[in-house]
Amino acid sequence: MSRLVIDPITRIEGHLKVEIQVEDGAITEARCTGALYRGLEEILRGRHPLDAQRITTRICGVCPLAHSTAASLCLDDALGLSPPRGGQLLRNLIYGANYLHNHVLHFYHLALPDYLPAGALPGALSPGTDEDRRFSQQEANRLAGHYLEALAVRRKAQELVALFGGKMPHDMAIVPGGVTYRPTLGEVAAFRFRLKEIMGFIETSYIPDLLLLAERYHDYFGLGQVGKLLAYGCFPLEGERLFPAGVVLGGELVPFDPGEIREGFAHSWYSGDGPQPPWAEEAPPAPDKAGGYSWIKAPRYRGEPCEVGPAARAAVGLRAGTPEFRELAQDILREADVPPDALSSAMGRHLARGMETLFIARAMESWLSQLDLSAPVATEYRIPQEGRGQGLAEAPRGAVGHWIEIKGRVIAHYQVIAPTTWNASPRDEAGKPGPIEQALAGTPVSGDGVLEAGRIVRSFDPCLACAIQ
Amino acid sequence: MATEKGQKVVWFQAAGCTGCSISLMNSSYPDLVNLLLDELVPGKGITLLFHATLMGPTGRPALELLDRVPREAAGQYVLVVEGALPTGHENFGRVGEVPMAARAAELARKAIAVVAMGSCASYGGIPAGAPNPAGCIGMGELLRQEGIGVPVINVPGCPPHPRWFVETLVTVLARGLPAPEELDDAGRLRNVYSGLIHEHCPRRPDFDVARFAPYFGEQGCLYELGCRGPFTNAACPEHAWNGGVNWCIRAGHPCIGCTEPDFPDRFSPFFRKLSLEEELMTYRRQG
Ligand code: SF4
Ligand code: SF4
Repeated sequence: MSRLVIDPITRIEGHLKVEIQVEDGAITEARCTGALYRGLEEILRGRHPLDAQRITTRICGVCPLAHSTAASLCLDDALGLSPPRGGQLLRNLIYGANYLHNHVLHFYHLALPDYLPAGALPGALSPGTDEDRRFSQQEANRLAGHYLEALAVRRKAQELVALFGGKMPHDMAIVPGGVTYRPTLGEVAAFRFRLKEIMGFIETSYIPDLLLLAERYHDYFGLGQVGKLLAYGCFPLEGERLFPAGVVLGGELVPFDPGEIREGFAHSWYSGDGPQPPWAEEAPPAPDKAGGYSWIKAPRYRGEPCEVGPAARAAVGLRAGTPEFRELAQDILREADVPPDALSSAMGRHLARGMETLFIARAMESWLSQLDLSAPVATEYRIPQEGRGQGLAEAPRGAVGHWIEIKGRVIAHYQVIAPTTWNASPRDEAGKPGPIEQALAGTPVSGDGVLEAGRIVRSFDPCLACAIQ
Repeated sequence: MATEKGQKVVWFQAAGCTGCSISLMNSSYPDLVNLLLDELVPGKGITLLFHATLMGPTGRPALELLDRVPREAAGQYVLVVEGALPTGHENFGRVGEVPMAARAAELARKAIAVVAMGSCASYGGIPAGAPNPAGCIGMGELLRQEGIGVPVINVPGCPPHPRWFVETLVTVLARGLPAPEELDDAGRLRNVYSGLIHEHCPRRPDFDVARFAPYFGEQGCLYELGCRGPFTNAACPEHAWNGGVNWCIRAGHPCIGCTEPDFPDRFSPFFRKLSLEEELMTYRRQG
């Protein structure tokens, strides 16, 4: 038996260490360690509630919109605001653009090097190994070309965020009650033409490249599975949501109840009694705690570790989503020649990410055509003496929740549970491993296991800055 | 990274959010490919040795690269640091099981110079906001504490505009390390952080006739909504963001002072107009 530490896991956001045990050609056990604590929830305590809008946006530079969106929904709830339709459409357009950037970056720049031959990318970008490379030279060259092209595509997607959201990273325009900016007609046109170019790349490069990867590495639909899936839903528009909320347990869709979320920290470096509901959580850092091995806490839904992310959104969407989503998802599953229950796998996550990129880009075209530039984009706010709020959304990498308690017009408590808190969580009070730990256990490996583990871990698109804050 | 004449660069991430890297990836003319592969000033480009978000190798081969640099390339590389350095406890942040602050100090000790990318690496930034739970500090402070005399150039912003990094990089490539008088008292290149937002703001005519926006999304100067443009050195009005398409104040959001030392605490609460007393104090601190 050999114990192997993979640290740092590169090509993800932030600081993650993964430890695997390999025995008789398979990973028998894995542990995920989130290696950085900043304490942003502590920093928010005692501040003006609106500061949470700007400070939580800065939890993550890859998906700041996940937090500016969750924070705005959380503060809308606490302050009793309902943004006008124009504000909702603009929020969705800004947020959608963050997805386009994120998924293109993830596929080409973070994940694809795991499958490209050593020489395909220059210098430090090269993965430096030729283990299990299955593309022909010609295919590898084409994919490497798309890697470079995709750098410009994701930059363009960031320009979309900035056009309506002020700047990126760390968008500014999303605020409680709506947005701060009503774009000009010219900017709407500038948005539309950029979106068109990005859409062209998604249709003619991203989706075909993804299907090629899925074909060559079809066995990865059988690796890295989790099975219990959770989505909070997102992109609200007048009560409807583009992605519905739901939980898929044992292949069955059950309704989602946020009251069932608890966070524990039996093996996390925090003291206090767990598991606790997010609104009341008290867990001061305990960096020397015996038995702790991660800064990530262990959120559980009815006591179960759940995978969140594109696979969960797709699994819920296939059962309860819009007809457009179901049709698109079924088409792509058919083309990749896999059943829906293969979504929660190392390759299934990539497939789910690709299908929703296309779906969101199409939804953005529709939202754009619905914009009324003379309508209001925000409502006024007033800070209550006391209040509570909950903001649930979907980050590109999965379900994200913010909870606030206001007392004496300042923040008494702020809680964030991010997607990678779910996915990369450590073992809980009951000893149940987190989703990535589960996904790794049982994986057959050809060499020391670093290759397979890297591919599986990256399929979750981990973001450690979010997971711990 | 292709050119032999490339200045070696090690990009080290600590207590940050990767936003500075993402911002740099938004650079155009030069874009990221130019930055990595091409000459940036006549005869000189960079050779990127390490960047955890972009590099191919993972785990041990990646860590070995980082471990070898101070030994094998001592005195030859520029260290770029993204993120603050946690000093409250050695377990607050680790890379390859070694505390981040210790790694950053080790890498800095053998570097030609340190470029602190972003407000976190420059001054501590968001994670150093009160009560600074992880004891986060910037690179300048870390090097002072460790008695390391390597020069530090700050490129603050949360995140910085890619242009500010590029300006700083090409200045160093073309002319070598800046003389002390080329840096302002916050350790930034004067020619890059060359004036207050308020001096170049397109809403300044509104300010001058006291036409203030009463609410988000309305016309007028954003001072009453909490704008910190009068106290913030940054070229946002001149450069605008993301290919020049927009920026905070243009998008109706007050500047929150993200390039200044003591961001966020000096400016928080962000959406409250400064009192006269605070204004006077701030002006005094500006010297
Ligand atoms: S918006 Fe801010 S920077 Fe612009 S004029 Fe008003 S106070 Fe000055
Ligand atoms: S306008 Fe102010 S808050 Fe916005 S990026 Fe510039 S310095 Fe930072």
